[in-house]
Amino acid sequence: MSIGYAIDVRGLSKSFGSKRVVNELSLRVEEGEIYGFLGPNGSGKTTSIRMLCGLLTPDEGSGTCLGFDVRTQSAEIKKQVGYMTQRFSFYEDMSIRENLDFVARLYAMPDRKQAVEASMEGLGLADRAQQLAGALSGGWKQRLALAACMLHRPRLLLLDEPTAGVDPKARRDFWDEIHRLAGQGISVLVSTHYMDEAARCHRLAYIAYGNLLASGTPDELIADSGLTTFAVQDDSPALADQLRKLPGVEQVVAMGTLYSVSGQDGELISQGLTGLGNLRFAQIDTGLEQVFIRLMDKVEDPAQ
Amino acid sequence: MTFPLAWHRLWAIVLKEFVQMRRDRITFAMMVGVPLMQLVLFGYAINTDPKRLPTMVFDADQSPYSRSFVASLENSGYFDMLTPSPTVAAAREAMAIGDVQFIVSIPPDFSRQLVRGEKPALLLEADASDPAATGNALAALASLNQSALQHDLTGPLAKLASGSPPFEARIQRNYNPEGITQYNIVPGLMGTILTMTMIMMTGMAMTRELERGTLENLLAFPVHPLEVMIGKILPYIIVGYIQVAVILTTAHFLFQVPIAGSLPMLMACVLIFLAANLTVGMMFSTIAKSQMQAMQMTFFFFLPSMLLSGFMFPFRGMPQWAQIVGSGLPLTHFLRIVRGIMLKGNGWVETWPNVWPLLVFMSVVLLIGFKRYRRTLD
Repeated sequence: MSIGYAIDVRGLSKSFGSKRVVNELSLRVEEGEIYGFLGPNGSGKTTSIRMLCGLLTPDEGSGTCLGFDVRTQSAEIKKQVGYMTQRFSFYEDMSIRENLDFVARLYAMPDRKQAVEASMEGLGLADRAQQLAGALSGGWKQRLALAACMLHRPRLLLLDEPTAGVDPKARRDFWDEIHRLAGQGISVLVSTHYMDEAARCHRLAYIAYGNLLASGTPDELIADSGLTTFAVQDDSPALADQLRKLPGVEQVVAMGTLYSVSGQDGELISQGLTGLGNLRFAQIDTGLEQVFIRLMDKVEDPAQ
Repeated sequence: MTFPLAWHRLWAIVLKEFVQMRRDRITFAMMVGVPLMQLVLFGYAINTDPKRLPTMVFDADQSPYSRSFVASLENSGYFDMLTPSPTVAAAREAMAIGDVQFIVSIPPDFSRQLVRGEKPALLLEADASDPAATGNALAALASLNQSALQHDLTGPLAKLASGSPPFEARIQRNYNPEGITQYNIVPGLMGTILTMTMIMMTGMAMTRELERGTLENLLAFPVHPLEVMIGKILPYIIVGYIQVAVILTTAHFLFQVPIAGSLPMLMACVLIFLAANLTVGMMFSTIAKSQMQAMQMTFFFFLPSMLLSGFMFPFRGMPQWAQIVGSGLPLTHFLRIVRGIMLKGNGWVETWPNVWPLLVFMSVVLLIGFKRYRRTLD
């Protein structure tokens, strides 16, 4: 038994037909930690999460989730895990209160009515209690889903792209809520495509085409990437191609009125930029985005 | 101004429809399967003129004349002579269960009265709960009394052969003396309506979860598959009972259909039948990938139920293979139960032979459904 780990799995693999969707995934999530799960579309994030909560049976590998075996004790895991699906999976023809009441009954909550009211209060859903879930906008649906998967006070939250299609304000509120929960000792595994969200995680794992490519704290990942980044103050369209051709430059991103140029060898890039003439540039912090683009470029899609 | 229809756009839609049709295997199978099934059933299985109906003869006379009459009954093709039960009462019991369609009783002094020209009467009791099943046989009988003894009445008796018939065949229509079709159709409708609605509603109940994506959530909750299945069946049992109440009330007040037997017993049998149909719906919903497919499967099941159960066409008119298929359908047994209780006033003893097949059917289907139920998204 792994004490201190909310999730501790080794070598999890899953294939659908001949396609290996997850390949020997090993993952450790400490209790009270927000663990970010990143990777391109179709990289196996959802499949991994489903294996953790017993929705899919792993072909290979073993491990525990909240101390319960992921292969044999999925019934126990389901009782203590809150799983938020990528696609909204509550009943659209039922109101917020009816949906939450249904969930509370399934978990046989002793103080059901108060629990439902409290969770609606906590996430600001109380005013909309009677509204049908199907009539809610994206942000409110996510809130309902979060309220529902939090209702039975789980020890672990598995959130599958919880903020896809949600506006920035709602996203920030959502993440504030997640940090509050983590502060209470709840562990969170969350998959996302947003870099600002990745930066708010305690630790990150990057998975592509079923393989775990890197893991660590955001700072560790940035340091490990060895990238140096410069901001170039010029927005002429012709410059992008010139910048890409410079020796040592791996990524050029146009961002409004400036270009961000990154590469492994900072010295070389700096010389190249100086050589282009009167350009104003300065070294800036490398972002997670550059790190992940680099990781993605390094692996090839086996399907291609 | 240009013509609003463009060939390439029209063609794009046509192609898209074909691509989608090809992806939806079950729909495609139904498109071919339904007409094929209808053809086979209507072409081979259905016969509105049932022959060789099971008949028991109690010949107390045992004379050449009575034997001649029985032989001519057999020759008409409508009557199939069974070994008679020990007593007439036992034969009537068999009629209540539905094993015997006709009972012919020939009185002991039949030949004596016949020879004397006293025009004796023999009794033919018919199970008339389904008028359509007995109608042609009874019509055939009507002409038999004139021709049956043609060859026996020779010599001095020849004068009996001409003129009015030498004997009288009295027909007693049991259970439905006036031969009212509604008496047979209305109880039958109850079964068909329940089959249709129950299977369709439960069939769609589970696929709706799959189609709307709520299944993923449902599977992630700590809930046992049996809890889900039974939890989804129970509400529809109540719906089924409401339908039964509506049908019975209407049958009683609009069509004056009698309820000869016990109503609580009828209700108990309805419960078994409802459960049997709901398990079929549940099983379908574990196979179907969309509500549309569940609906199609319902029709695929409903069609033979209608045609082969004895609801629309006499069961005994069908060939052996169709009767075997029909015996596998819950509606067949339920029709016999309902008609038995409502028209014949059957009790448990006469009803049981049609109850246990329902229970067997239900157990088998429930097992298949449970095995197929998705516990994971694998």
